[in-house]
Amino acid sequence: MSDLRDLYQQVILDHYRAPRNFGPLEPVSSCAEGYNPLCGDKVKVYLRTDGERIEGLTFEGVGCAISTASASLMTEAVRGLERFEAEALLASFLALMTGDGEGANGVPLGKLEVLSGVKDYPVRIKCATLAWHALRAALQGGDAEAVSTE
Amino acid sequence: MTAPASLAERERPAAAAALDVDRLRESFPILDREVHGHPLVYLDNAASAQRPEVVIDAVSDCYRTYYANAHRGVHALSEQSTDAYEAARGKVARFIGAPSSGELVFTRGTTESLNLVARSCARPRLGEGDEVLLTGMEHHSNIVPWQLVCEETGARVRAAPVTDDGDLDLDELAEMIGERTKVVALAHVSNALGTVNDVAAVARLVRERSNAAVVVDGAQAVPHMEVDVSALGCDFYAFSGHKMYGPGGIGALWGRAELLASMPPYHGGGAMITRVTFERSEYTAPPHRFEAGTPAIAPAIGLGVAVSFLESVGLERIERHEQELLSHTLEQLNDLPWVRVLGHAPGAGSARAAVVSLVIDGSHPHDVATILDEQGIAIRAGHHCAQPLMEALGVPATVRVSFGMYNTHEEVDRLILGLHEVRRIFG
Repeated sequence: MSDLRDLYQQVILDHYRAPRNFGPLEPVSSCAEGYNPLCGDKVKVYLRTDGERIEGLTFEGVGCAISTASASLMTEAVRGLERFEAEALLASFLALMTGDGEGANGVPLGKLEVLSGVKDYPVRIKCATLAWHALRAALQGGDAEAVSTE
Repeated sequence: MTAPASLAERERPAAAAALDVDRLRESFPILDREVHGHPLVYLDNAASAQRPEVVIDAVSDCYRTYYANAHRGVHALSEQSTDAYEAARGKVARFIGAPSSGELVFTRGTTESLNLVARSCARPRLGEGDEVLLTGMEHHSNIVPWQLVCEETGARVRAAPVTDDGDLDLDELAEMIGERTKVVALAHVSNALGTVNDVAAVARLVRERSNAAVVVDGAQAVPHMEVDVSALGCDFYAFSGHKMYGPGGIGALWGRAELLASMPPYHGGGAMITRVTFERSEYTAPPHRFEAGTPAIAPAIGLGVAVSFLESVGLERIERHEQELLSHTLEQLNDLPWVRVLGHAPGAGSARAAVVSLVIDGSHPHDVATILDEQGIAIRAGHHCAQPLMEALGVPATVRVSFGMYNTHEEVDRLILGLHEVRRIFG
């Protein structure tokens, strides 16, 4: 296990205390909910697209520092991307979290690298990936039911 | 029995010496280990307790020296296993004040015990418009089995409210009991808050107002206080081995003899029949009627040994020690303005078992759990399988600290230091 300072870096604490792009989005193209039944954490992402371009992405919900910061950082990283770029970033991020070398596609994660400490805390990986699973559901047109981490 | 209101001030015989915790800890091999370079501080006993060496040895000894199927063979090992299994039943029955060991059914645990009652006792008695009355502080295992039988029968589940202080509202509960009430099911001790419910008072209210069966989830009570089911006045009492320092995968259901005798089997299979033809089968008497198939023989024997262990330490001494740990914890938490303890203030309201549920300003319970774990401190973070209660209290999750007989004041102090570390990181 690594140092707690690697997990709770200042950037993460900052995004936890002051999440960016927090709240519903109007108008919205699709939205999706992520739910972790293990801890009760919930996140809802709101997506607005203009053709292939992601014009807006926000989230709201209740979660721990890791899930909140991950969602917040995700909205910053994904806004303005083309859909295919967002999907590639999503795959790259999930590969980092799960340590899945095969899924790694070389797409640079930039600021999202601050979450890399999470992979040393296996029970917390689902916290970090919750919002991303919801983003994937929203990119696929949204859902009636919440995406579950289980 | 444990009269909840007198939990703290009950008169103690002067002879009962205080618990020698250091010596007691030597009985639990796991307490020697380190976690992340720190001595383990195990404060997750409400989820599952640890086992003393005598229990581990009893299970191992059974498999090593005399194991065979019970109630089946005429050979020596089968006879020895059967005797040990039935002796364990007798010990567990006496331990909770059951009038007879024939009223003690071995199950996989509290969850299966409650499902058994829901399925075999309640379901045949439930009809359209009937009611199963629960409380707002129930564990999911005392909610979902009732929902399942209600969905099948057209009956409905209701829940008596819990006050903001985490106590059961007895007046409201009384109001909700009527002739349609067929079951009243409640926790003896809340797993999330530690609230000790006055089961005897609830049972009296039920008897005055209905013919409902009174079903008690005793999982969090049996390891921590003297329980006497006869004095409580309930009809069923369910509990788990793994929370009372026994093996996992074994638990029990106590039920009144006349009720058990009137109930159809829960599972069908071997050991629960006297005669089988393809037309019909005749069932054995309780408790074996409810123990289809080869039971968890070694775990049941281990549970019997756990009961002997609990008796040798003494429930009264355990309770007193855990109440001291609780007071020590609440006093120190009271000095931390950024910590909010759920439930009522110490000394007010219902008695409280040695469970503390808390939230910390500006930090989520999961982060608290990770930071404490890094210091070797095991606590539980989450909704504690009591989502309706969490909703009623307006919190998504809490940090739960739950004590066992082997915890020490030094461990409480380490917990407090750990919480300061949380505060340092989250500011």
